Amino acid sequence: MTAKIETRDLSTYYREKAALKGVTLSIPERRVTALIGPSGCGKSTFLRTLNRMHELSEGVRVTGQVYLDGEDIFAPHVDPVEVRRKVGMVFQRSNPFPKSIFENVAYGLRVAGERDRAVLERCVRESLEAAALWDEVKDRLHESALELSGGQQQRLCVARAVAVRPEVLLMDEPASALDPIATARIEELIVTLKEKYTIVLVTHSMQEARRISDQAAFLYLGEMIEVAPTLELFESPREPRTQEYLRGRFG
Amino acid sequence: MNIGDRGLRLLSGLALFVVLAAILAIFGLVVVEGAGALSWRMLVEAPSSDLATGGVMPAIYGTAACTLLMTVAGVPVGVATAVYLAEYAPRRSRFATAVRAAVRILAGVPSIVFGLFGLGFFVLFVGKSIDGLFYRDAASPVFGRPALLWSSLTLAVLTLPVVIVTTEEAIRRVPRELREASYALGATQLTTIGRVVLPHARAGILTGVVLAVSRGAGEVAPILFTGVANYLPRIPTDVRDGFMHLGYHVYVLATQAPDVDRARAMVFGTVLVLLVLTFVLDAAALLLRARAHRGTRS
Amino acid sequence: MSTSRKPRRRFRRSLGERIAERALALVAASAIGAITLILVFVVREALPLFWDGHEGLALAAPHRYPNYDHPVYVWQPVGYPPKYGVVPLFVGTLKITGLAMAISTPLSLLAAIYVAELMRPRRRAWIKPIIELVAGVPSVVLGFIALTYIAGATQDLLGCTYRLNALVAAIALSLAVLPVIFTVAEDALHGVPLALREASLALGARRYQTVTRVVLPAALPGILAALVLGFGRAIGETMIVLMASGNAAVLDPSPTSSARTLTATIAAELGESPRGSEHWRVLFLLGMILLLITWALDAVGRIVVRRLARRLDPSTDEGA
Ligand SMILES: Nc1ncnc2c1ncn2[C@@H]1O[C@H](COP(=O)(O)OP(=O)(O)O)[C@@H](O)[C@H]1O
Ligand SMILES: [Mg+2]
Repeated sequence: MTAKIETRDLSTYYREKAALKGVTLSIPERRVTALIGPSGCGKSTFLRTLNRMHELSEGVRVTGQVYLDGEDIFAPHVDPVEVRRKVGMVFQRSNPFPKSIFENVAYGLRVAGERDRAVLERCVRESLEAAALWDEVKDRLHESALELSGGQQQRLCVARAVAVRPEVLLMDEPASALDPIATARIEELIVTLKEKYTIVLVTHSMQEARRISDQAAFLYLGEMIEVAPTLELFESPREPRTQEYLRGRFG
Repeated sequence: MNIGDRGLRLLSGLALFVVLAAILAIFGLVVVEGAGALSWRMLVEAPSSDLATGGVMPAIYGTAACTLLMTVAGVPVGVATAVYLAEYAPRRSRFATAVRAAVRILAGVPSIVFGLFGLGFFVLFVGKSIDGLFYRDAASPVFGRPALLWSSLTLAVLTLPVVIVTTEEAIRRVPRELREASYALGATQLTTIGRVVLPHARAGILTGVVLAVSRGAGEVAPILFTGVANYLPRIPTDVRDGFMHLGYHVYVLATQAPDVDRARAMVFGTVLVLLVLTFVLDAAALLLRARAHRGTRS
Repeated sequence: MSTSRKPRRRFRRSLGERIAERALALVAASAIGAITLILVFVVREALPLFWDGHEGLALAAPHRYPNYDHPVYVWQPVGYPPKYGVVPLFVGTLKITGLAMAISTPLSLLAAIYVAELMRPRRRAWIKPIIELVAGVPSVVLGFIALTYIAGATQDLLGCTYRLNALVAAIALSLAVLPVIFTVAEDALHGVPLALREASLALGARRYQTVTRVVLPAALPGILAALVLGFGRAIGETMIVLMASGNAAVLDPSPTSSARTLTATIAAELGESPRGSEHWRVLFLLGMILLLITWALDAVGRIVVRRLARRLDPSTDEGA
């Protein structure tokens, strides 16, 4: 199993406060890696560091390395925009643009300079199919994306991220604002997406992590406590803190 | 950095720089020359008959009196309207919608049209009617002529929207829990408004009042035909008199003084007084607004 | 009704409460009263023109005055016969406001983009109030600034024939309009949710692409509202143009020629015209026209802004 992303001794600071403390993690290609841990433990921070989204917040500082296909994404010559084109992101709350469904999906291609209408149309279709949304929206591609339901909006955001043809998808609690049915659809979607993409999934639901991830990592107070294949982590955690957390969760 | 990003930063940064530089340069020049021209004498003396020497005391007094009257007449109406809109009017009531539309339209009426209105309504209609009823024998009009009273009332109408909009916003920011706590203790709506809502919205309401005062103190067009006077060296003692006004004085000195060059020091001094007056008021409003917002966030 | 059996009076609001509500409603009606009175009393002085007849008024078409061999557009209230051709005033108003908008729109919008998108929050917190303070500067002070500094500077730079002209007035007018547009537009830009910017950047968009393709379109209704507000303020502004435009009612499109606006005409001439004269009535008519222009602008602006907002988000609330 080759590592798509490797972090080495990665620490992230908000001003003086460390939100991540020396995280070293290897994220295997075309697998789902789940990040679990109590809220505020640094899961989102970790995710945002992986595609340099953290640079948008003020006063954030990072030490350590993140390697994408063996290349350090913080090296001076690396353009963060190129990193983000390879490492896409789906946010906790769906955030479609106030544009048509079509324009939402085509956005990433357009900003990358694609003008060819036929290419755009094909890609929009493929991306919506990949996000299992095509059948629901194919007759109203030019209506506003804001008219979709919450679950549809989130799948649209997945389609939008996929359209850029990234290699990695970062998903920050993508189903936490959705009802159970929409959640199930997103989970199905993630399982199919891992055939082509490396996925890092933050989730607060132990069941979800269990159902769909291949590897799970437990973060606590900014530290990576334990990483293991999902089953192993849930069945026989080695670290006492992991055990406690899982036990507390399952009551 | 990417070339597009650099372009955006350069272009927008340049625009901001030009705006700030122009502001600083212009007001810097005015303040420097104004400060040189201003003297204690200017603040306490009346102008000479050619306006070029002496002071602007009557104009300071007139501005203050006019603004004070305006506040007394306008603020209660504005606050009451805002209370009605925020506390009583049903969300979608026709009446409230109409009042809001009226306020918005009022805010957009050009100030010179307020001048026409003040002349047509206050001076020529209200004033003349009073004269017709009570002063039939007077040799010259008593109320039916431009006067401090009419200018103040005109400005009160002009500043009404500022007071209403700011006050309504301030009242709406009062947390619901405070009201509910009051109701739960058996207080009536009126008591709740008087004892809880208005005191809590105080800073916000004051913001509106200060903004209105600042705006009213600086407007010239509405008072042109309703009461302001060119040269009136004594302090008016009656609201039925004409009055001098800082803004109008600037206009006269800058464009109509018999000897503009000789009056240069006077006009700079007057401009500085007016500028400082409005700056202080507006800065106070900004601070009050910041405080009002902070108060509700914590 | 199930409540009808209760003794009705027990839970009724007290008389005082009900009187207070009525009284407040009555006071609130004063805003409607004010706008009605404004309309009525401006119209009252203007309308007799139309039934008592008028000699020299020409609203749109050129007018042929006695001793003239062809129809002309002339505003000359003190000539013999007096000529009230309004077209030169329209042209002057449009020229000066158009110029002022041309100067202030790009400057204020770009500056707003910088402050909302590229500036650190701390710095934004003190730069915004500075510009807002300028919005409160009395227009007579701006007129004075135009006379003392701007007129000389433009003449030196461009070598204008007339010291006071449309451009000088427009520059000073920009100073009045700019902070208004800036503040409202900056609020609109700043109000665009951070989540949209993040979505765009996460898709590999550059900052400038995010601004032009996501932030600006999303803020467009607010930006448009800002421009409408600024335009309204520019058209209605009196003292600046009165002091700085040169006030010659000429039909000349050149920015460095003199110009006379509707507002300045009223301000300059009403004091000298006898009540009830044709001149007096025409000046009130100009006021009426100004009122109508600003209302129409407000109405059109609101409709366009609402349409735009609805197109961006079809679930937008009607009344918003
Ligand atoms: N923009 C920020 N500025 C300052 N502190 C932040 C910021 N974002 C997150 N933090 C802090 O960093 C820690 C980790 O936050 P986060 O990564 O969002 O946790 P999680 O996603 O696991 O709930 C928290 O203590 C949080 O308060
Ligand atoms: Mg999180």
